[in-house]
Amino acid sequence: MQTKRPSFQFFAFGTDGTIFLLILTAAAIAVPVLNLAVGAHSPVHVPTWLMSLLGKYLCFALLAVSVDLIWGYCGILSLGHGAFFALGGYAMGMHLMRQIGERGVYGHPVLPDFMVFLNWKQLPWYWYGFDNFAFAVLMVAVVPGLLALVFGWFAFRSRVTGVYLSIITQALTFALMLAFFRNDMGFGGNNGLTDFKDILGFDIQANETRAGLFVSSAVALGVGFLVCRMIIDSRFGKVLIGIRDAESRTRFLGYRVEFYKLFVFVVSAVLAGIAGALYVPQVGIINPSEFAPANSIEIVIWVAVGGRGTLFGAALGAVLVNYLKTYFTGALPEAWLYMLGALFIGVTLFLPKGIVGSITDFPWRRKPKKGDTEQMTTTTVGGTE
Amino acid sequence: MSTIDARTEVLDTLLYLDGVTVSFDGFRALNGLSLYAAAGELRAVIGPNGAGKTTMMDVITGKTKPDAGEVFFNGGIDLRQLDEARIATLGIGRKFQKPTVFENHTVWDNLELALAGHRSVFQSLRFRLSGEQKDRIEATLGTIGLEALRGRQAGSLSHGQKQWLEIGMLLIQDPALLLIDEPVAGMTDSETEQTAVLIKQIAQSHTVIVVEHDMSFVRSLECRVTVLHEGRTIAEGSMQTVQEDPRVIEVYLGR
Repeated sequence: MQTKRPSFQFFAFGTDGTIFLLILTAAAIAVPVLNLAVGAHSPVHVPTWLMSLLGKYLCFALLAVSVDLIWGYCGILSLGHGAFFALGGYAMGMHLMRQIGERGVYGHPVLPDFMVFLNWKQLPWYWYGFDNFAFAVLMVAVVPGLLALVFGWFAFRSRVTGVYLSIITQALTFALMLAFFRNDMGFGGNNGLTDFKDILGFDIQANETRAGLFVSSAVALGVGFLVCRMIIDSRFGKVLIGIRDAESRTRFLGYRVEFYKLFVFVVSAVLAGIAGALYVPQVGIINPSEFAPANSIEIVIWVAVGGRGTLFGAALGAVLVNYLKTYFTGALPEAWLYMLGALFIGVTLFLPKGIVGSITDFPWRRKPKKGDTEQMTTTTVGGTE
Repeated sequence: MSTIDARTEVLDTLLYLDGVTVSFDGFRALNGLSLYAAAGELRAVIGPNGAGKTTMMDVITGKTKPDAGEVFFNGGIDLRQLDEARIATLGIGRKFQKPTVFENHTVWDNLELALAGHRSVFQSLRFRLSGEQKDRIEATLGTIGLEALRGRQAGSLSHGQKQWLEIGMLLIQDPALLLIDEPVAGMTDSETEQTAVLIKQIAQSHTVIVVEHDMSFVRSLECRVTVLHEGRTIAEGSMQTVQEDPRVIEVYLGR
């Protein structure tokens, strides 16, 4: 009846998911240990810059997982997910700005530097509460979630699907970018929020803090992965795949497709927001360029390269493409965008299921798998009557 | 007097369509269509291409809202006010012309998803199959003859098997009314025969409306036939009566 799964797994996360979680756990332990406990002259020492770079990759991996949840399993191609990531990042950035306090260039006890520079006399109302860490963390989830809820409510209820939905998500992130560029929005305009000093009382530049942020990113990615996995493995997930493959059939079976889409879209936006919040302290800045439409398209490329509809494939794609980006923007900066474009075209043409999907399809790994229709050859089986 | 008659008719009839008109950019897909189906009835609807058969299905299932006319179900339920999901949960199941099953799910999962109840987002996040529900899926697999293929991915089924699976998906919801759109299009002769047997079996316990082109198939259903033409009903009765109707002959052979 149901496919018998190999025994090497815990819970119901599948062999691939288990391997992914084990690697992630190993990294979450090994990288901080090799940074903090191993001397700088040791060949296995992980320098702090590298740890933060890897932490950044993990944030991108979580962002990619969030996009894979809606694109790979529900067919919602969001080309604006960078917006949710950036909003989560801004929420965290606002907290970090408030933490600076009197240590800013202008030494104002309440107002961030850019507000003093703009001659503002008091804190805008929407900055209240962000001095409290718990409130900021709440906003990291609430702001992207709420935007996704309102946006999704109108889009899904009006049955905007396919390329039209993709276009309006692009418009959404573009509009937010323009808004955040404006100085009078109160988010630091062009320069964004930067020059952070500490987080939860720890020096943000310290190795230990960096290690903490790295571990937090790994935990967030692991938990985010498990949340998505649980959603997908439930009956809800089966409905999602049904919506992806035959939306009107699902609707005629009596499912309220718009509510399913809305739920998964909000979950995805919250995950993206959390990714953004962990990204900001590790890179030390958040500015409106994070809303750039091209960023959101890049996320989709990560997922496509890794293999959509696999979750860990998305994470793998994010890390891989970003590693290539780090390498080539250093070695051959003018070639990178061409390479990224070529990569996307190449994957679409030659690896439509991405790296992970193509590996799973290898003959020596043939086992019934979702999305794999070829493994059942067209032999007609008796017993239909 | 006549108003009282109409009222009783609404109450006795499971499905009541009266004077339904639907226009698409000036083209009248339905033009004052009336159709009444009694509870427990098996009804075939035939008509040439463009007669409005699929649009009629769209109106009943809430996909298309009529410009004029009345659509009532099960007494006083006005279907014009409801959306597809609500109408489906009321007990109207629809089989599409093209087989529409969840290709990436197994035959079993397709039936499980179609199982009545547990449609809301939060219910489905925690849903577990009960023993009784498993029995129901088993029974439906038996009816549609796909027991041996339960673990197969629906996308790998033959055309005819997909059609039966889709019929099974409707059946498992135990709908009061089943709408079946061109079930035998593209089927082999033996598949067509099996489908006729299946539909007649289903009709013993359900009200079924079948839209079909294939005349020999409709004849084998041995039921009341409604002929549509240019968006309205032009004849109704047994296959025999309908075939002898001069208007029907003209529509089918006259041009």
